[in-house]
Amino acid sequence: MKFLRDTWLVFQRQMQLLLRNPVWVAVGIIQPLFYLLLFAPLMKKALSGGQPISDELAYQIFVPGMLVMVALFSAFSGFGIIAELRAGVIERNRVTPVSRVALLLGRSLRDVVQLLFQAVLVTLLAVPFGLRVAVGDALLAYLLIGLMTLLLSSTGYALGLTLRSEDAMAPMLNTVIQPIMLLAGIFLPLTLAPAWLQNVAKANPFKWATDGVRALFAGHPGDDAVWQALAVLTPLTVLALLISSRTFAKSVR
Amino acid sequence: MIIETSGLRKSFRSRAGRESKTVEAVRGVDLSVAEGEIFGFLGPNGAGKTTTLRMLATLLEPDGGTAVIAGADLRKEPGEVRRRIGYVAQGGSTWDESTGREELVLHARMYGIGKADAQRRAAEALDTFELAEYADRRCKTYSGGQRRRVDIALGIIHSPKVVFLDEPTTGLDPQSRAHMWGEVRKLREMGMTVFLTTHYLDEADALCDRLAIMDNGQIVAEGTPADLKQEVLGDVVSVNAREVAKAADLFDNAEYVRKVETTEQSLRLYVEDGASAIPHVLRTLDAEGVAIEGIELHRPSLDDVFLAKTGRSLRES
Ligand SMILES: Nc1ncnc2c1ncn2[C@@H]1O[C@H](COP(=O)(O)OP(=O)(O)OP(=O)(O)O)[C@@H](O)[C@H]1O
Ligand SMILES: [Mg+2]
Repeated sequence: MKFLRDTWLVFQRQMQLLLRNPVWVAVGIIQPLFYLLLFAPLMKKALSGGQPISDELAYQIFVPGMLVMVALFSAFSGFGIIAELRAGVIERNRVTPVSRVALLLGRSLRDVVQLLFQAVLVTLLAVPFGLRVAVGDALLAYLLIGLMTLLLSSTGYALGLTLRSEDAMAPMLNTVIQPIMLLAGIFLPLTLAPAWLQNVAKANPFKWATDGVRALFAGHPGDDAVWQALAVLTPLTVLALLISSRTFAKSVR
Repeated sequence: MIIETSGLRKSFRSRAGRESKTVEAVRGVDLSVAEGEIFGFLGPNGAGKTTTLRMLATLLEPDGGTAVIAGADLRKEPGEVRRRIGYVAQGGSTWDESTGREELVLHARMYGIGKADAQRRAAEALDTFELAEYADRRCKTYSGGQRRRVDIALGIIHSPKVVFLDEPTTGLDPQSRAHMWGEVRKLREMGMTVFLTTHYLDEADALCDRLAIMDNGQIVAEGTPADLKQEVLGDVVSVNAREVAKAADLFDNAEYVRKVETTEQSLRLYVEDGASAIPHVLRTLDAEGVAIEGIELHRPSLDDVFLAKTGRSLRES
């Protein structure tokens, strides 16, 4: 099928370029290490209100938050697309009969692969600190994280193609991502928040994602939070893919 | 005709501060380009050349008008148009971190060409454009000329019927430009129709079989370079002589002279065809015993054509 072949073509190219410049692997290891070493011990105390809790429990709460955070950053994909736009690569792609959805999806799937690699790394790094999680639960959690990445990176591409300037993109992303991060309960679960804040957070799809991933890491795949996360993320992801592939199809200068 | 357009229009809304202004970039372009020719679009900055090309290449939706390219209707079957054309953007299209060969193979494959075939085509194109030596180096290490050659190679990798080249030689040194002209002629030899834009007069003159002069979103003249120049003024024979006034009188009634102009030392005769006029001029002057110090044939340039059509010189704008 042409669409699948085209997607594979774009994906392959993007992967090739990604692997050519493996700085991101180092960054992907070092960043989570900072959080695990410098922030997790502090949070462990804070979570327990002074009472000691087990390492296992602390990391089951902390690691999912970190995974969601890393996934949120995939919205920065927009910067890469602006560089491609400027180099004329997007226009060169658009002048061929290649599928417009493939132009988007090939790129977003690259982001998903990159992110899942990072997610596995974060999980593995947390094991020596005391994290315990069943493989099946982790895989389901990765599915949620992967969906999030697809959603955010394709939104990032649409934004980049629409704004066409890093200067417009940076403040925009920062402004949007900050409240999303704070309202997702990434570092501290929102159960600690006052009721009004919890209600506001319900409007944040990534709060549902965080809850879902946490439930899985806690070993409760049957928890409502899991299917709720899927139900929130799936339609949003489809919508984002549709809108973004339209921006790829539309005239872009 | 491999390209036929009629009434192609495009305007842009642009914002300057608070105000929103409409720029009429292309205002009704009618063109026909014959198969196998090098067709040139000559015009100053902002004339609307790129906008027209981007519309023809399906990158920009026209506000109005129609176009048929290589038998496919631009509006009804853009996908088919894409398959039949190649397009090389004014600003280039290579990615710094890829090699020339990778770019060529990928681009060919985006046209649905299989892997082995794509690799063969890439190798061929690298040879044709004398890029083999740099093929496996990253594009960021290429010189401007090498990069431009990769751009052109990308545009023709799938053997399109028509290739659009937006300013193929801008930014190249004189030697690379001459080289590029050779390469563009090669494309014609391969059977492609080449549609290029330029704002170099010499390039339009030397390279194009036919051209259209564009100004301010409209085509102001169209034809072969020779015809365009002929139509406007014809040739100029200028004669240096001491007795200019006396000499001028001799040509007042000459049939082959369209117009006579005099300056202090020289006489300028506008004639249809300079080469056949010179013997007549010499005979007439000799018969009356006018001593001449020099005679020169000046063929009008495309700039003269532009001047005649728009009232401005292309060199100044
Ligand atoms: N996306 C756009 N938004 C607003 N105005 C535009 C846009 N694209 C082109 N224009 C305007 O349309 C006019 C024609 O531009 P175009 O790029 O077609 O000119 P050109 O003949 O290719 O010039 P050059 O020789 O400088 O490349 C210009 O006034 C330009 O500013
Ligand atoms: Mg231009």
